[in-house]
Amino acid sequence: MALAPARVSMPKEAKKGEIIDIKALIRHPMETGYRVDSVGQPIPRYIIQRFTVTYSGVEVFRMDMTQGVAANPFIAFSTVATGTGELVFKWEDNRGEVVTVTKKLTVTG
Amino acid sequence: MTKSERFFEAMPTRRDILIGAGAAAGLVFAPHGVLATTEMRDEVLRKLTNGAPVKDERVTLTIPGIAENGLSVYTTVAVESPMTEADHVRAIYILSEKNPIAHLMTFHLGPRAGRAKVSTNIRLAASQQVTALVEMSDGTFWRDRKDVVVTIAACIDGG
Repeated sequence: MALAPARVSMPKEAKKGEIIDIKALIRHPMETGYRVDSVGQPIPRYIIQRFTVTYSGVEVFRMDMTQGVAANPFIAFSTVATGTGELVFKWEDNRGEVVTVTKKLTVTG
Repeated sequence: MTKSERFFEAMPTRRDILIGAGAAAGLVFAPHGVLATTEMRDEVLRKLTNGAPVKDERVTLTIPGIAENGLSVYTTVAVESPMTEADHVRAIYILSEKNPIAHLMTFHLGPRAGRAKVSTNIRLAASQQVTALVEMSDGTFWRDRKDVVVTIAACIDGG
């Protein structure tokens, strides 16, 4: 999971109380564990299991995933702009690899 | 005919490759052909709801009626909810009746979401009915169900 594989799209600024849309995308094979390779060996399952979003340290969104999620998982959701702070996006896969992206949101008004 | 033209003539067409890949995949996937059943989905639903009644209201599952590629099917769930501390969506579950597993994913939401609407890309192994089950903060359950025809199924190639 090298190569800076994760991207998050969201506004940099919002008014207090405004609902902001967030889109998150990560590069990951989400290998199902059902396939075999060209010599008949099973390809081990390799999937992101959890995507968590915290906003100033408080969890505001979480998604539990399985092999039923497409490769390169895309997730769109929303959150209320409660105050200026950091949103931390964290993907965890079944090999224990973790990718985080941090975005700052400035809240006015 | 030049050497390079002969080379291209000998190349399989994209169609040949696709057909070949499909046939090969069919063989290698035969042992893994065990898919979830409607009964398995209902069992998962019973566990999630703990037997509580489920009403077919308030939830809108938006998914293509015909999915050309089962490897990635764009899916949106929207729920009628004020998303307040007292009354909000707690979780959204996506359930399948024909994938190898019935419970595909769970979104955990709360009043901080502001709006009860999520989107993602799901895998579908066969034509089937997809269920969006929603758990509210008051413990009630709601759902929407949509039939999807899948022309190229997931778990067959590349994905």
